[in-house]
Amino acid sequence: MTDKAKGISRRRVIKGLGATLGAAAFGAALSPLFQGGFMSAKELMQRHYKELSPEDKKEVLERLQADAKETFGRDVTIADPRPRPKTKFVYAINLSLCNGSGKCVEACHKENNHDRITKQSYIRVLEMPKGTMDMERGNTTYNHTVPAKDKFYMPVQCQQCDEPPCVDVCPVQATWKEKDGIVVVDYNWCIGCRYCMAACPYHARRFNWKKPYIPPEDINPNQGYLSNRVRQQGVVEKCHYCLHRTREGRLPACLEACPTGARVFGNFLDPKSSVRWVFENKRVYVLKEELGTKPSFFYFFDK
Amino acid sequence: MDTATTEASAKPPHWVSYPRFLMRAISAATDGSFLFYAWMTGLTAVFLVGANAWAHQVTSGMIYTHMTDHVSWGLYIANFTFLVGVAAGGVMMVIPAYLYNDRKMQDVVILGELLAIAAIISCLMFVIADLGRPDRFWHMMPPIGRFNFPFSMLTWDVIVLNGYLLINLHVVGYLLYTRFLGKTPNPRWYKPFVLLSIAWAISIHTVTAFLYSGLGGRPLWNSALLAPRFLASAFVSGPAFIILTMLVLRRFGGLRLPVQPMDTLMKIMRVTILINLLMLISELFTEFYAGGAHTSSARYLFFGHGEANALVPWIWTAIVFNVVAAVLIMRPTLIRHTGMLATICVLAFMGSWIEKGMGLIVPGFVPSPLHEYVEYLPSNLEWRLAAGVIAFGLLVYSASIKVAIPIMRGEMRFEQETSTK
Repeated sequence: MTDKAKGISRRRVIKGLGATLGAAAFGAALSPLFQGGFMSAKELMQRHYKELSPEDKKEVLERLQADAKETFGRDVTIADPRPRPKTKFVYAINLSLCNGSGKCVEACHKENNHDRITKQSYIRVLEMPKGTMDMERGNTTYNHTVPAKDKFYMPVQCQQCDEPPCVDVCPVQATWKEKDGIVVVDYNWCIGCRYCMAACPYHARRFNWKKPYIPPEDINPNQGYLSNRVRQQGVVEKCHYCLHRTREGRLPACLEACPTGARVFGNFLDPKSSVRWVFENKRVYVLKEELGTKPSFFYFFDK
Repeated sequence: MDTATTEASAKPPHWVSYPRFLMRAISAATDGSFLFYAWMTGLTAVFLVGANAWAHQVTSGMIYTHMTDHVSWGLYIANFTFLVGVAAGGVMMVIPAYLYNDRKMQDVVILGELLAIAAIISCLMFVIADLGRPDRFWHMMPPIGRFNFPFSMLTWDVIVLNGYLLINLHVVGYLLYTRFLGKTPNPRWYKPFVLLSIAWAISIHTVTAFLYSGLGGRPLWNSALLAPRFLASAFVSGPAFIILTMLVLRRFGGLRLPVQPMDTLMKIMRVTILINLLMLISELFTEFYAGGAHTSSARYLFFGHGEANALVPWIWTAIVFNVVAAVLIMRPTLIRHTGMLATICVLAFMGSWIEKGMGLIVPGFVPSPLHEYVEYLPSNLEWRLAAGVIAFGLLVYSASIKVAIPIMRGEMRFEQETSTK
């Protein structure tokens, strides 16, 4: 009986030791989590964009501006421009004019504070052989003088669908379609599951696999909460039709940079807008129309 | 002393007996032979390596995975998908046990239920591992977060997976606790839940298939056959794993388990493995006979695209494993040849793991919707993290079997506990 009792107590001691060792090892294994310091409780507990009162929003924008100052040593303005009434933004690209220079890609990269190392951008340009519309025959990694003989060029970015599959699949409503047609992401609400990236038929969404790197002097200080503010690690982002510009009456950065005038942008509800004129006078098409996503983005040829 | 014991065993209050049940369970789960300790220590070590990999991933971002904007899901979601199937596969013991009242199966059905619990826990861990912002997990919790129900299939999956976990925890917990008290379980408290769990098992894998098949922009997944295929392969991999468990328990645990349940599971596999192959063939026929741009993922998967052919060896391995297992399992006297049975189960299990994981999730992203071929193979960090999650699942499974078996055999009882003191 005593021997057995001894055996049990020795076993207990060994088990206790094992458990302690295990717990210590578990703590050590997870230690990288505690190296970078902690985020503030305010950041952690921030509500969804649509649940923020005007005071909350003001506080959030001020906090984000202060964070930017602390991280990059730059004064930035993070505004939150709202959709204008009776506005539906639509983009059109004239494929007869686009020469594949990639200036739009570059302008997007700079305007939207993309990671400098990966040369991230919301736009990809496909080089296509003339005589086909099959994207399978396109090439996005061409590296030669443009335009090449017998090729045409097709820039692709977020099509701001009226039936966006990416919005449907988001489990936490971190992405939604705004009244002026722009599909936005609340970078402070996205959980980074990347289901939207799987759902998008246009490869329009990007993920922040790490914290974006931008030299402080290269930062574009004119920022929007739902658009080009520097993104966080582990969240999804996408083209937002430069809403921090377009909602203020300016044009998207990619359009301003285009050397050929292939890009046409405007309010589709305005009968005098150029995008409306193109739609009414040219033969136009949308990408992957058969999927029923109803893009607010179309393409046309004019010669 | 004696009178006190009789009184206690006659009607111990739950606040006395339940904590003791838990204590005894913890004690039993951490007691065992040298082999058992070695197994559990090894699993703990692998789990710690995985935990460390996860901590690094959360801190530095997912840049150390090999996932990209093109292939935005990889090994984690592949394993998640497969393990949902393993969890659902446990139901192939529950159906004979409770719908067909197979007594022998009822004695061991708990192995299937415990497997479901361990597999679902691993699934949930794989989902967390895949999140870019695990700190925002609460955004998905209905009252405080914003749950995009019913539009997002992922929210359906959250509901059915957690529901399945709770149902199985209840059934297993109730049965073990009443047996521990030496009482006969009251069917009212578990039968309805067992029947619910059968329908629920089908739902978890159907909903998981709908995650993929509902995406119009991914032709490889956008197939009505995906959910039935998922179920068929789940009813191969689940039974295969349970047969392996029984063989291991017999060989190394010294347990004398009845042969009949294993025979039933093997017979189920004989059918499901063929149904799975039939559906695979149907899918491939449609893809390759019609041709066209929509079949480029399948062509990439099976034959590669120019220099890009990383998945070709994976998928052919899976095909060979599945076909060999399907042929060998037809041997009429197989149940007496445990070595061969074990080999077949390993082949079928691994074949289905590749087919549903690396062979389905990854090629869905290649080529991308803009037809760019960016390849993916898991990084070292992803392998470590995945191994850690699987090791944790095996830890849960091993420990819970260690507790369940003595209770089910009546070797661990409340009275014995009190009388030895």
